[in-house]
Amino acid sequence: MRVGFFVTCLVDLMRPSIGFAALKLLETNGADVFVPAAQTCCGQPAYNSGDRADTIALARKVVAEFDDCDYLVAPSGSCSGMIKTHYGELFADDPAMRARVSKLAAKTFELTDFLANVLKVDKFPGTFAGKVTYHDSCAGLREMGVKAQPRALLATMPGVQLSEMPECETCCGFGGTFSIKFGEISARLADNKCQNIADSGADAVVLGDLGCMLNIEGRLRRRGDTTTKVLHIAEVLASEAG
Amino acid sequence: MQVASMHFKENAHVKLNDAGLQRNLKKIKTKFVQKRKASMVELDDFEGTRDAARAIRQRALDNLDTWLEIFERNATARGATVLFAETPADANALILEIAARHAVKKIIKSKSMVSEESALDHAIEAAGLTVVETDLGEYILQINDYEPPSHLIGPALHKSKEEVAQLFHQKHGTPMKSGIDELCLEARGELRGHYLTADMGISGGNFFVAETGSVVVVTNEGNATLTTTLPKVHVAISGIEKIVPTLEDVATLMRLLPRSATGQSISNYVDILTGPKGEGEFHGAEHMYFIVVDSGRTAVLGSDVREALRCIRCGACMNHCPVYQNIGGHSYGWVYPGPIGSILTPMYVGLENALDLPHASTMCNQCGVVCPVKIPLPDLQRKLREKEFERQLRPWQEQAGIRLWSWLALHPALYGVLSGWGVRMLRLMAGKDGMIGKLPLGGGWTDERDMPAPSGRTFRTLYRQRQKEAGR
Repeated sequence: MRVGFFVTCLVDLMRPSIGFAALKLLETNGADVFVPAAQTCCGQPAYNSGDRADTIALARKVVAEFDDCDYLVAPSGSCSGMIKTHYGELFADDPAMRARVSKLAAKTFELTDFLANVLKVDKFPGTFAGKVTYHDSCAGLREMGVKAQPRALLATMPGVQLSEMPECETCCGFGGTFSIKFGEISARLADNKCQNIADSGADAVVLGDLGCMLNIEGRLRRRGDTTTKVLHIAEVLASEAG
Repeated sequence: MQVASMHFKENAHVKLNDAGLQRNLKKIKTKFVQKRKASMVELDDFEGTRDAARAIRQRALDNLDTWLEIFERNATARGATVLFAETPADANALILEIAARHAVKKIIKSKSMVSEESALDHAIEAAGLTVVETDLGEYILQINDYEPPSHLIGPALHKSKEEVAQLFHQKHGTPMKSGIDELCLEARGELRGHYLTADMGISGGNFFVAETGSVVVVTNEGNATLTTTLPKVHVAISGIEKIVPTLEDVATLMRLLPRSATGQSISNYVDILTGPKGEGEFHGAEHMYFIVVDSGRTAVLGSDVREALRCIRCGACMNHCPVYQNIGGHSYGWVYPGPIGSILTPMYVGLENALDLPHASTMCNQCGVVCPVKIPLPDLQRKLREKEFERQLRPWQEQAGIRLWSWLALHPALYGVLSGWGVRMLRLMAGKDGMIGKLPLGGGWTDERDMPAPSGRTFRTLYRQRQKEAGR
């Protein structure tokens, strides 16, 4: 099973350890992982900024890089959602590309969905112990249908206790460039999220998207919360250090 | 209505720091979100009903010209007069003409958002006539010097009952009240007389039914029933897109409209009005007019955001929007707030007058999943972003930044070198806690949040190294 790993630009630049954690989870569970060396960005920043021409160019690049894999897996609901649910619309007037895109879309998975439903992994090396709460990222939840999968995976870990926060499905306020264009509104949404995390009584908020992660961690620390951990689910599942 | 949408960001700043408003906005979750959720479980097949509602609205829009003609024919056959208004000013002029024809002095109104577009009340008063809003929310706003509405179905949602009590005490000169029941009774006392002395009633229209030539008016207060039947003239005003082919269609839409709006399985009143009072009939207006308003709708129909016209004005998109929930409706600066307003406002008042609105969303799609007629709201907002980008209406730094990022991402070798430098530099800027407190050019982020610093080397670099060490 040849699995193309789309590391995503944010993991590449900000948290390579999450990329390696995801890689480990895939490789140790029977996937023959292929990491295209020239991969960069899925084009979502351009797409949501209205820059259609650049989005199309980047989509072509991604499709070419992952065409011949059995699966494309990304440690992000947002980037996998871009590929799976939005690429098709970009090539409405190009039947050949549209066919390639729909083939790729059908085999594109968010990491936890792939682990739970394709590889059907039920044992993880992670040693994290403590109370966690799970933040559903908007694209993961509403584009990729990621809801039960991460919770099912966490449930296999003996040391992890899940305590749901209020409004776990509400946006954290990141929204890509929204967080910079409307920093004040974005921060208010993040504030609400921080409060809900605190109300859950968890030691760590676990999530599956880097955008939410940077936003929530940045706001937690600015509010003076230096103890609540913000962890990507791949780290929790794979990391023996916790 | 005057457009203040270009001040979205400044308005939102004020609203975010208005403690009273923030308290009042909390009602949205209990009043609308939770109630909607509870009422939806009554439907055997919510998704199937949504699909049907979507199809009904789309069918009407796909052949709108034909349905409008059928509506006109049937309404005329039932004795009503159907008038078409191309612009908001035309709509106001038609109303004033009708008023003059029937020697009208006092007009009562039930809720109409279309009349907010054309600032109809101001036009009526400028013509020397009296107008009284009878929807409680609209009445509150009217006596507060025509404060703009902040929500599609709860126009005075931004006000607390204490603020309303204070306003009534001041404007009515009555003793201060505190209970909601008492306040409602007071408003009722003020309004009852007007119903009996008005010469004309203006209502909105939730739906215009083509097969019967009727208007459907959905309310909870019963004010529309009085407004449309007591005065001798009834004028129903609404947009051209409010046409539905059949009464059967209305029945399906009504399964979703009150539930989506207020979590009610049915609203307290649903008026279906067809033609003026006939011979031998006891109730109803002697003269009935329809004013069917375009005001930019044809242009929307011909654009790539035409799906927005399916809207049945339930307000669910704004109730569930995390941005709206935190800034309220006034920030959006025109008649229609929230996600649907972020599409309709730029289309009706000009994209250049509402540049921020299509961007005022995190694209979380909470609106899209609750919309009863399945309008893909974030996708439509993105279409408008594309228009702004094409017309270079965004700040040049933003457009250049996006183009530069994309260009780099399309040149992987250079991307590798520059991103390698970038993450090392950012690492050096971080404090001991791994956080960057101030980012040059990134004030939008770091004014409010720390920026967790990158770990210093990119995945691509480390992966290449790993592969080399493994001899691959």
